[in-house]
Amino acid sequence: MASSIKLKFEVPGKMKTWSYALMGIGVVALIAGFITKGMSHDHHEKDVFLGTLMYNTIYWTMICNTAMFFICITTMAWGSWQISFKRVNEAISTMVPIFGGITLLILLYVAFSGSHIYHWTDAEAVANDHILKGKAGFLNIKFFTIWSLLTVGLWVFLGWRMRKMSSQADKAAMNGETGQKFIIKTIVIAGAFLVWFGLTVGSVTPWLWMMSIDAHWFSTMYSWYNFASTFVAGLSLIALWVVYLKNKGYLEYTNQEHLHDIAKFIFAFSIFWAYLWFAQYMLIWYSNQPEEVIYFKHRVQGPYKGLFFLNLIINFICPLLIFMTRPSKRNYTIVTFMAVLIIFGHWIDFYQQIMGSISKDHVTLGWLDFGILSLFVGMMIFGVSRALASKPLIPMHHPFLKESIVHHT
Amino acid sequence: MAKKKFVVGCFDEENVLFPAVKKVRTAGYKIKDVYTPFPVHGLDHALGMKETSLHTAGFIYGITGTMTALGCITWIFTKDWPLDIGGKPHFALPAWIPIIFELTVLFSAVGMVLTFCYLCQLAPFVKKHHFHPRATDDLFVMVLECTDQTNTAEAESFLTNAGAIEVKTEIAEEGWWFGRYDKETMFFEQKTVIA
Repeated sequence: MASSIKLKFEVPGKMKTWSYALMGIGVVALIAGFITKGMSHDHHEKDVFLGTLMYNTIYWTMICNTAMFFICITTMAWGSWQISFKRVNEAISTMVPIFGGITLLILLYVAFSGSHIYHWTDAEAVANDHILKGKAGFLNIKFFTIWSLLTVGLWVFLGWRMRKMSSQADKAAMNGETGQKFIIKTIVIAGAFLVWFGLTVGSVTPWLWMMSIDAHWFSTMYSWYNFASTFVAGLSLIALWVVYLKNKGYLEYTNQEHLHDIAKFIFAFSIFWAYLWFAQYMLIWYSNQPEEVIYFKHRVQGPYKGLFFLNLIINFICPLLIFMTRPSKRNYTIVTFMAVLIIFGHWIDFYQQIMGSISKDHVTLGWLDFGILSLFVGMMIFGVSRALASKPLIPMHHPFLKESIVHHT
Repeated sequence: MAKKKFVVGCFDEENVLFPAVKKVRTAGYKIKDVYTPFPVHGLDHALGMKETSLHTAGFIYGITGTMTALGCITWIFTKDWPLDIGGKPHFALPAWIPIIFELTVLFSAVGMVLTFCYLCQLAPFVKKHHFHPRATDDLFVMVLECTDQTNTAEAESFLTNAGAIEVKTEIAEEGWWFGRYDKETMFFEQKTVIA
């Protein structure tokens, strides 16, 4: 059985070239952006440059991290259908240390450099501001630093533990007893990851990293909204890699049934995202309090109007209508198209969330944004393909592998 | 309703049933249905059944619900009885979305249940013939439809060779009827022919 299975992924030369090209474009854009905007004496230009880096790096860290979240949540639910393409998720999650490190660098720079992005870092402003004074217990540099370091640190550590655990399934066949021990141990680590994931992505971290740009405004829905956003995009990324590897003739045990379930997840969480989007929007619209409405004012009626509704169309209307039927979820071309569209759509979502607060008067979406995006896409392709090549593509001795092979939707 | 002749074969293993379905179909017998105690994944595909139109119906019901809610609320709040609610515009779409959503779900859910009952011919007092009582317990019951030319003995032995643990030939009501079971034949007392 095993002889016909291609376990070793070799990174094609074309893929390497592409990733280098994308990273090259990204680095050129980064340098050009640094010279034209980053070194500018105009505070606004500088903020735009930093903000562009911020939303890209936070976005890519979070969507790569949801790949590990996906493994953990299915493990906790005794879900075995993902085993046949588990290594793809693991490979995507290996990007968390790299992207997370970049995120930390940028966020700490923004917090410590006295930039205007985080208004609450300005001690003088806080002293004269009743609202910021009230929030000082949460919004202060000490808590920000410690929590950010803990967030990324534990994501990296627990993700690494999960991946290390998973490597055991490559070595030798397990019997009933060792297999059970293996599963229980994996579930314990997955549980720890999920608890930490809930405390970070599910509640505190997006408030700190992103919502605090509008230091006066708050929405308790914000973190959940961003969780849904990144989870959908992360699932789309998994779908893209699975389709790519299938097209190259790898992942023999993964088939349309698995793709169908991934697409179902994308469909369901697109609707979940829209539900949170609407819940946040409608409550603020309905109560119409000036201090809350301010967040939506320039997004719905100002310069961000187009992007704001584009966001809703790409991320809700398109998945709802296109992914509704069963054949479309099992079609490789449609899934690829939708995955790319959704990753782009949620990138736009992050753009309007962060840049909509930094550059309120005009939309700055342009060459710099796409350049930095290409830098991150290039890094993602490079890193994930290398991680895929470093391990067998299928955990051949995983106790649940057979269940995954016969999976049927 | 017409009475018809059927050959019934009972299987107790899923991995015997699937090859048997394939063999029976390639041999040219017409399978009326396979009755199973639980939904068997992939069996509909193996039987070559047409995909259900239930979801298309559901989509249409859902759209109807959306349109009903939207049209109704729009007419009430903008034409029939405009009210000033918290200074909001009369056409206050975000506030209506929950109701539109609820009506979409209600229409599609109720509509799909009724359509499902119609497609499966389910209603109070509508009865159908049971080919084997253990189809609701632990056996997969395959029912072949016979014509005048069908050699039932041959079909029975074919099913036995395909792995059926119990076979019989039955003349039974094909469709449904109104009534109660106890007024009909006591089918669980029928003698079964073990081949």
